[in-house]
Amino acid sequence: MFSKGTKRKFSDGDEEISDESLVGARVASSYSLQRQSLLDMSLIKLQLCHMLVEPNLCRSVLIANTVRQIQEEMTHDGSWHMVTEAFCGPGQSPSERLVATEVLCRSREQDAEPKLFSVISYEGCREEEVVADETLCSVSVSDTVSNVCLAGRVGQCWEKSELSGVERDEEALEDSRLGSGEDEEIDTEDGASTESPKTTGQVFGTFEIKNGSPGPDSALEELFSDVDTSYYDLDTMLTGMQSAPKMGPYDLLDSLAPSHSSPSIVSTPTCRSDLNELDHIMEIIVGS
Amino acid sequence: HGQRPRPPLVLNNCLLFLSGYAADIISTVEFNYSGELLATGDKGGRVVIFQREQESKNRLLSRGEYNVYSTFQSHEPEFDYLKSLEIEEKINKIRWLPQQNAAHFLLSANDKTIKLWKISERDKRAEGYNLKDEDGRLQDQFRITTLRVPVLMPMDLMVEASPRRIFANAHTYHINSISVNSDYETYLSADDLRINLWHLEITDRSFNIVDIKPANMEELTEVITAAECHPHQCNVFVYSSSKGTIRLCDMRAAALCDRHSKFFEEPEDPSSRSFFSEIISSISDVKFSHSGRYMMTRDYLSVKVWDLNMENRPVETYQVHEYLRSKLCSLYENDCIFDKFECCWNGSDSAIMTGSYNNFFRMFDRNTRRDITLEASRENSKPRAILKPRKVCTGGKRKKDEISVDSLDFNKKILHTAWHPKENVIAVAATNNLYIFQDKMN
Repeated sequence: MFSKGTKRKFSDGDEEISDESLVGARVASSYSLQRQSLLDMSLIKLQLCHMLVEPNLCRSVLIANTVRQIQEEMTHDGSWHMVTEAFCGPGQSPSERLVATEVLCRSREQDAEPKLFSVISYEGCREEEVVADETLCSVSVSDTVSNVCLAGRVGQCWEKSELSGVERDEEALEDSRLGSGEDEEIDTEDGASTESPKTTGQVFGTFEIKNGSPGPDSALEELFSDVDTSYYDLDTMLTGMQSAPKMGPYDLLDSLAPSHSSPSIVSTPTCRSDLNELDHIMEIIVGS
Repeated sequence: HGQRPRPPLVLNNCLLFLSGYAADIISTVEFNYSGELLATGDKGGRVVIFQREQESKNRLLSRGEYNVYSTFQSHEPEFDYLKSLEIEEKINKIRWLPQQNAAHFLLSANDKTIKLWKISERDKRAEGYNLKDEDGRLQDQFRITTLRVPVLMPMDLMVEASPRRIFANAHTYHINSISVNSDYETYLSADDLRINLWHLEITDRSFNIVDIKPANMEELTEVITAAECHPHQCNVFVYSSSKGTIRLCDMRAAALCDRHSKFFEEPEDPSSRSFFSEIISSISDVKFSHSGRYMMTRDYLSVKVWDLNMENRPVETYQVHEYLRSKLCSLYENDCIFDKFECCWNGSDSAIMTGSYNNFFRMFDRNTRRDITLEASRENSKPRAILKPRKVCTGGKRKKDEISVDSLDFNKKILHTAWHPKENVIAVAATNNLYIFQDKMN
């Protein structure tokens, strides 16, 4: 691969660069190229959106750990810092960078609805998901520059403090919405839907996961506290659920109707056929 | 020499191809406790059970063929409205219960739900009802002039499968393991982050005995990959992780077994460290030996046998396909590095078996340290033929009959294998084909 070493001298005689060190430099840069391509590959893997089926959590965790390892090594090398400086303007705020990294795959969690999966977190920001939804889900960062940029932003968000700051915002947003939604929608609809949350909250309170395990189930209350009919308008914006109706208050009610043993899981044909009936029921509850 | 113990398959070095069966992609294979029945689960949510033919003097040569006994749809695809996601009907695991009466019971699990199925035979039918006619229609009461006692008449054998229990809504994450406890009353089910203990009679509750979900999901770096109950001690179970560790827990110690009793981990060899080290150390399967003294773990490149009394390293390590170590980057790219291979013991714990790529599977004899690579494919084995050992060429010159690493078909993977509990009969699932091999008769 590399030519055999014989010492060469520069004409100006300033430095002697032997071929061995040249080889060493090449090996080092080849290593960092390989490492970079591994990082890019890993980020792309995490970006692949699984529209209908939940992504494999084990695989996601392993890939995320690999990315972390690479980033740590690059940070020690000092090459991380260079990368972020080069491609990301110093004027960008940490939260902007964090938000930009949410161009990553969705990972489902029981105590929250569809979220974006980020390299460093398994709970993501849903604003991004809605705003640029189609492009996000189908994005595949192909060119090297943007890959590096993406990686750079992830690294910047590595600091715990930045992370928790954005997290708090995210959690506040999460709590106030059932599904993905935009802020404006929530604000305008808040007044109109005062009656529905309480009623549906009571209704949803009856279906609980029937087992002894504690945990995130209490988040279910938070989820359903703000159900509003505007949800269905958002539905058309959301990609990925072409073949089946998106979760909405209608569907939840429907899932309560049949057997007590499967509250949140209903076979598809039954649900669709009852949609009109539930439409009617929902109108009564909401009082519109 | 009639009483000499049968040597393991590896020593005999030859096998007979017994039968093959094409279905949907097979996702699990399991013999029952006697070995008379073999269950397979597939990606379409179906379970197919094979039964071994009784040996008869007339058919000496076709001793012990497995034929289809029962087929039923265990799980249907579902839709989780909470998360707007489909729940696959693919059967992840099947575990048999020990037989206690004429019927057979098994547990089958998809990602979210476990079902207890009863498989029973019906070979008699009651005839001569007073109030119903032959077709089951109610008779006009005026027509009944005499009373008779219905009699049981023989009929063609019918095998019925009926779901007796449905254990649902206990797993947020995907179920990867189920294991029946030695008390035959309870069983455990494990997903990526939690393990639950169930009573076979009770479906609306389960006890959570392990929970490794961090308070902040951002901190998640490790998941549960497999779990199993100890074969004799009903208070002991183990679970493996994506970081290559195994934890043994005692349910008597605490209600929540987050603190392990024993922690098994082999120290990493610093010279072989790479970015893929963690991924290839992730344990895909853990199985206790029948004796209960050892356990076996499968990671991407090797199988390790651990003595339960020694936590700091395995007692035996077997390389399954070490030639893949230099290909890890490509295998990461095509996602093969995440393939979850299973492993199994033979009945006497003297041999172990696991799958590989190109429809190869490997068997290791623990006593002689010999190993063999065989291939499960229709092209290369005619029925009743003896299987030829295979070899992968790693270095320069490829000998005749060897196959080079670059020619391996990574789409043909053998993830699921099973060994008859008493005899040298093995079942190997190669994508959508089931192969049953038997030791050559002397």
